[in-house]
Amino acid sequence: MAHRILTQNWFKPGYNTIEGYKKEGGFSSLRRVLAMKPDEVIEAVKVSNLRGRGGAGFPTGLKWSFVPKDSPKPKYLCVNADESEPGTYKDRVLMEQDPFSLMEGIAIASWALGVHTAYIYIRGEFLEQAEILQKAIADCYAEGIFGKSILDSGHRLDVYVHRGAGAYICGEETGLLNSLEGGKGWPRLKPPFPAVSGLFGCPTVVNNVETIATLPTIFRIGPKEYASLGAEKSGGTRLVCVSGHVNKPGVYEIPMNLTFWDLIHDEKWCGGIPGGRKVKAVIPGGSSAPVLTAEELHVAAEYEALKVKDNMAGSGAVIVMDETTCMVRAAWRISKFYAEESCGQCTPCREGTPWMERILRKIEEGHGEPKDLELLVSVARAIAPYPPIGLGTTICALGDAAAVPVQAFVMKFRHEFEQHIREHRCPFPHPFGQLAEEVVRQ
Amino acid sequence: MAAPFTAEQQRRFDEEMEKILARFPEDRKRAAVLPALHLVQDMLGWIPEEAMVEVARKCETTPEQVREVATFYVMYFLEPKGKHVIDVCTNISCSLRGAEKLLAHLQEKLGVELGETTADGLFTLREFECMGACGNAPVLQVDSRFHMDMTLEKADRLIESLRAQAAEKK
Ligand SMILES: Cc1cc2nc3c(=O)[nH]c(=O)nc-3n(C[C@H](O)[C@H](O)[C@H](O)COP(=O)(O)O)c2cc1C
Ligand code: SF4
Ligand code: FES
Repeated sequence: MAHRILTQNWFKPGYNTIEGYKKEGGFSSLRRVLAMKPDEVIEAVKVSNLRGRGGAGFPTGLKWSFVPKDSPKPKYLCVNADESEPGTYKDRVLMEQDPFSLMEGIAIASWALGVHTAYIYIRGEFLEQAEILQKAIADCYAEGIFGKSILDSGHRLDVYVHRGAGAYICGEETGLLNSLEGGKGWPRLKPPFPAVSGLFGCPTVVNNVETIATLPTIFRIGPKEYASLGAEKSGGTRLVCVSGHVNKPGVYEIPMNLTFWDLIHDEKWCGGIPGGRKVKAVIPGGSSAPVLTAEELHVAAEYEALKVKDNMAGSGAVIVMDETTCMVRAAWRISKFYAEESCGQCTPCREGTPWMERILRKIEEGHGEPKDLELLVSVARAIAPYPPIGLGTTICALGDAAAVPVQAFVMKFRHEFEQHIREHRCPFPHPFGQLAEEVVRQ
Repeated sequence: MAAPFTAEQQRRFDEEMEKILARFPEDRKRAAVLPALHLVQDMLGWIPEEAMVEVARKCETTPEQVREVATFYVMYFLEPKGKHVIDVCTNISCSLRGAEKLLAHLQEKLGVELGETTADGLFTLREFECMGACGNAPVLQVDSRFHMDMTLEKADRLIESLRAQAAEKK
């Protein structure tokens, strides 16, 4: 059972209250950490090999070490609870089931980083979840976990929930900062990185909800032990959230060596595809990640293993499509999202995302011409050529996120695009798959 | 310009704003713009121009800047909306489990186009992007509250119960 170190208490009645959390040993890691020097805490997080769970998989300890020690300015922690990447919902379930691990994690990070003010930036649509956090924060103040002197350490910490208002781009860390400062969520050019100049021009760490909520576990079992549970460069376990055509969609805590094939088919995990159908394609890390074909699913759902395959672990969102699904339709729907959400600052992204959407819609609706496919790929390449990932021409990675999947869909399922163009129609009776018909009529 | 709030509302606005502004440094009052706009919408159901002026005053910024923010985010309504806003997610994970059917069904049932409000003012129907509940697709929200694992029948029951609630209040 080594793989359940984060979620073992989820769905236990009462665990998401402060009393229930304490009963399971909650806040003992914070006590341990407060007896350490801040530098030792950062070092321990490095040893744990914890990687950021927000999308880029950046090593957390390393990120923390970029925060200048001698700055006279206040430092900030921003917890990224924007969770708007299509397919992603692990942070929401985490906040519902285990809000106090997040709270304890915030306190731990604040001690390590010398932070006295933390903001949890939560997407506006998560109204009930914002209420859960408000209540958890109030409970932590009442118990001396937050406030003037956390657990009588002399360290002051204030924590606030800040609601977004509906814009995917505010999940990008610098878009988040601009939004938190009361403006449009336009990403900033980097450098300077937030660690040096972030919120209100002060050193700021932006970390994902899961990243922060994992900290208590690391200090409970010990950073070396945590590292040893994972892969060489990715410590611990991770959360994935599976959606689409599987029998048991949900949030799973998985070992780093689990393959997508097993995650999808094993009874212990998602239990296969409804109707005994076959899997056709899987998006392994949220809608920004390149699609995998059925043949490619024997790869571990881990950062480095995916990287060598020109793919990414991303936000942990695994989107499964069975053999009845139209790949053109899937690519079109994803590209519609990016066209909608581009903030419009950079020309390739502003112009290219709606252009790709229009071409894909044209092909899906049966009006595609042979030259459209080359045009589509050339528009995408002008934003960010793929493979590999990370060659984008834009201010933020939304451009890459829009351009990379389109190229992967065309590259791996070219025959379906060509068939649409040749037959002047979508050849699939149910473009989003047979299950799409079955579910809503149940 | 007419005052946006009644005296009672003004009192609540002033009180809540004091709490919101306390979360930010003295010289960074603009950071309160998003929470302030949420507050206004909570009280009035939407955000009229006059209220933006009030928000700007409290947050020590310009009405133009507030307006720019209000138009950037899709959750803010700049004109009156229906009593209930129904947002149906049609992003990939929801579409893979029937969201397009669900949306078409609701459009027909309510007799509105996307973004429109029913003649009785009860419902505004919108198509929405991923809401972070993809494991329980298809998903919709009524006034930012989740309704998951939707079916056509569940959607019908939901609409009926909201209609009944409204009729009772009359
Ligand atoms: C367009 C875009 C959207 C993003 N959305 C999120 C998000 O919703 N939540 C999140 O944690 N990170 C998101 N990220 C990644 C953040 O920029 C940032 O890398 C992350 O919050 C850092 O946290 P971590 O180091 O703990 O992973 C997004 C990035 C991009 C480019
Ligand atoms: S890449 Fe797109 S979303 Fe990102 S800053 Fe440029 S225009 Fe905005
Ligand atoms: S795709 Fe509908 S909630 Fe995520």
